[in-house]
Amino acid sequence: MAYRPDFVERYVIDKIVFGILSPTEIRAMSRVTVITPELYAPDGTPIQGGLRDPAFGAIEGGERCPVCGNTRLECPGHFGRIDLARPVVHPGFAPKIASLLQATCRACGRVKIPPERAKYLLAILRRLRDRWPKLADNLVKEIEKEAASRMECPHCGARQYRIRFTRPYYFYEERPEGSVRLTPIEIRERLERIPDEDAELLGVNPKRARPEWMVLTVLPVPPVSVRPSIVLETAQRAEDDLTHALSEIVRINERLKKSLIQNSPESIIEQQWELLQNAVAAYIDNELPNMLQLVHKRRRPLKTLAQRLRGKEGRFRGNLSGKRVNFSARTVISPDPYISINEVGVPYEVAMTLTVPIMVTPENIEFARRLVLNGPNKWPGAVHVYKAREGIKLDLRFRQNLKQVAESLEPGDIVERHLMNGDIVLFNRQPSLHRMSILGHIVRVMPGKTFRLNLLVCPPYNADFDGDEMNLHVPRSPEAIAEARELLLVQKHILTPRYGGPIIGGRQDYVSGAYLLTVKTRVFTKEEASRLLAIAGYRGELPEPAILKPRPLWTGKQLVSLFLPEDFHFKGRAKINAGDLSCDSIECFHDSFVVVRFGKLLEGVLDKKAIGAEEPENILHMLALEYGHEKARDFLDRVFRMFIRMLELRGLSISLGDLEIPEEAKKKIKEVLDKARERVLELIEEYRKGTLEPIPGRSLEESLELKIIEVLSNARDEAGRIAISYLDPFNDVFIMAKTGARGSDVNITQMAASLGQQTVRGRRISRGFRTRTLPHFKPGDLSPEARGFVRGNFRDGLRPTEVFFHAAGGREGLVDTAVKTSQSGYMQRRLINALQDLVVTNDGTVRDAYGNIIQFRYGEDGTDPMLSYHGKPVDIDRAIEYVRSAKQASG
Amino acid sequence: MPKRPGKVSRKILQHELVPEHRLLSLEEAAEVLRRLGVKPWQLPQISVNDPVARLLKAKPGDIIEIRRRSPTAGEAIFYRIVVPQ
Ligand SMILES: [Mg+2]
Ligand SMILES: [Zn+2]
Ligand SMILES: [Zn+2]
Ligand SMILES: [Zn+2]
Repeated sequence: MAYRPDFVERYVIDKIVFGILSPTEIRAMSRVTVITPELYAPDGTPIQGGLRDPAFGAIEGGERCPVCGNTRLECPGHFGRIDLARPVVHPGFAPKIASLLQATCRACGRVKIPPERAKYLLAILRRLRDRWPKLADNLVKEIEKEAASRMECPHCGARQYRIRFTRPYYFYEERPEGSVRLTPIEIRERLERIPDEDAELLGVNPKRARPEWMVLTVLPVPPVSVRPSIVLETAQRAEDDLTHALSEIVRINERLKKSLIQNSPESIIEQQWELLQNAVAAYIDNELPNMLQLVHKRRRPLKTLAQRLRGKEGRFRGNLSGKRVNFSARTVISPDPYISINEVGVPYEVAMTLTVPIMVTPENIEFARRLVLNGPNKWPGAVHVYKAREGIKLDLRFRQNLKQVAESLEPGDIVERHLMNGDIVLFNRQPSLHRMSILGHIVRVMPGKTFRLNLLVCPPYNADFDGDEMNLHVPRSPEAIAEARELLLVQKHILTPRYGGPIIGGRQDYVSGAYLLTVKTRVFTKEEASRLLAIAGYRGELPEPAILKPRPLWTGKQLVSLFLPEDFHFKGRAKINAGDLSCDSIECFHDSFVVVRFGKLLEGVLDKKAIGAEEPENILHMLALEYGHEKARDFLDRVFRMFIRMLELRGLSISLGDLEIPEEAKKKIKEVLDKARERVLELIEEYRKGTLEPIPGRSLEESLELKIIEVLSNARDEAGRIAISYLDPFNDVFIMAKTGARGSDVNITQMAASLGQQTVRGRRISRGFRTRTLPHFKPGDLSPEARGFVRGNFRDGLRPTEVFFHAAGGREGLVDTAVKTSQSGYMQRRLINALQDLVVTNDGTVRDAYGNIIQFRYGEDGTDPMLSYHGKPVDIDRAIEYVRSAKQASG
Repeated sequence: MPKRPGKVSRKILQHELVPEHRLLSLEEAAEVLRRLGVKPWQLPQISVNDPVARLLKAKPGDIIEIRRRSPTAGEAIFYRIVVPQ
């Protein structure tokens, strides 16, 4: 606690060696032998020789340690011990004990390998240890296997038997007269007989551990600081689980001791010995299989040593890989299209809780004084002041005379001020699956209780606003702040290294808006054009109008072009370039091929392919790659606002009317579905009669199902086609589907025509009752409607049985996502653990933390995927296009 | 211990999935290590019992150069140190 570097000698950790504590060491470090399970005397003082003996170290304030004489701040705590009445197996070493017993002679203890060969192997092993420790381990396994297979000792000729090991700590020897259990005493005797060199051959470093130490004769008891008790409100003491477990061990140990002294019958002793073994094993790991768990009164299993380390909240994952931190905030996020993508809206309340330290200088002393005068409750103010000269920290929350503090400020003092506009913070949404899950944002303090986020930054976080919460962290040191600004700022992550394209960009309404702004049919009056340009912050002149008479009119393409660099060229298909509108030439009549020349959007509509997020090789990608992230950010902050404003001016909404089809169409759809149904019934009839032609490699039943599914799937598609052909192809539903903003032909089909076949595990729904899906149908009914074919659509509504089938199919989707996320989360953790310290070095090689080479050139071609064209290091076609244009420009 | 299975057919070298392996001379090996600035054990490994390593009569400590087709770079060169097994 009181860490005083002045008095502490400092050492650098050079290496860590693991070994096993010997009984001698355990006794030497022990300051007390625990001989009673009682903790406190009736008067509340700790009992001598109990688990709270004062010799375990000082923990109470004012208490002096009887061992080292320190108070609780300096006393490191001291170990004690329990002298076990009989030895027990350490469960963590049980598998190793099994292989040691099997590999050595039961009579002489030598490893069952001829002396000459043993010597030779030991030489190899020692050489391998230095260079390829992994290979050394493999060799040990081979040696174990070889030695275990020998049924006669090459040293003394004794006959050997197979050792059977049953988890967690039982060992049996398969003798001809039958299987005999080996007691820990016998095991320990055998392990004692193994010579050092033979132990080494079997992977036990004799300098650090002896095989027999794997069987415990004395148990170290950790100091109380490792297992502190807590005082409840009722003034009762509650002991740590470790103390409970240890006290159970002591109780059984003392009982066993007594039985031994009294020469009790062997069966009683065996039973108590077994209990001791179980308690010690549970103390080390209370989740061993086939073992009695140590439990509390309320039947809650105790958390013993292994449980402290293991699992999500264990020492490793809970306290070392991830920790709780200060200077962070968490709240719900909500959208704000009018802040920059680089910004984050922070509520006043949060801004007045999080602080940044600033050093007072002659230059900023007036500013610092104003902050202090505002105090902790008025933004922008200050919460703490460190007076450098006096070496004290003032908490302004408990200090009234702010004026006096402000006046006393002098250069060198440090003011902990509120979070202010322009500060940089780290913003994060879990699950943090890639590096863009934590980005640097510039603070913008605003009213409200939520963090505000530009919608264009939703894709990298995978965020939406249905209640998502996000975390915010304040970097405080100049180094951390500089690092966040230079490396983490949002605009520096418009492009992702994941697939070499932009991950930031428009979704949903941005896509519809971009389309509506740039369609051929849309022209703007001067007033309308001015409105759109105003929201984008455009300050220049209007270009020449595209149409002069009867009144000047501008196209949306003209407006967008104002924000493109003059030497920018681009060619590419639009998203709407499909089906009827597909076209691959620059002379596209459908406006579905985007052409930008010399910074002018000449033709083609902007939609998902041009401005969408996660669409490599779009306009945004080329801007970011070739004009830098500053230009790309500017484009995102200005033009995308225009898209939204366009949508607000025109309005975008869908209703039942957009999906209404005439009676004639409904009749046609009915005919199609009826015909399909008849065909299916025919197939079933053929199947029943046995005349159905089976598909090669399939059974008759499978063939029938496949054929039915095909007929019904075709029918659904045909119904969809009919419905779509009667709908207005320029209504808002279609605009969203075609531009890629939201929905697809399938969704439209499901709304207007028919939901089609519902499936579970890729098959028609067939389970539920014994021979039918629902009681509405006859047993064995294979007809479409009895097996999950939904004729109805969302517009007209579903029948009760159809609702049921749709829910059955829908549930599968939910289960799938739940299973997939947990599985991919686990895979992600393992991948990160395996790859986290790989680094691309200056010579282009990929190496791990030890300098081992993983790749001789990163990705084999050394390309940074973030700066690539969708993975390609160069876009040859684009380069050629640019050379051509340059020629053209120069005449 | 390390078991040496039967003969390896030279035909495996013709297989399309077996890239070109070449045993480096002592000088070449030293040059590779110098260029990369690594100790031999920091290279990726290949077992002496690897079929191709056996055909090349490689011994532990040798370095094998492997040229393989690469979807990104056209051809990529790898080095592997032969390790006992
Ligand atoms: Mg959500
Ligand atoms: Zn002490
Ligand atoms: Zn022997
Ligand atoms: Zn066309």
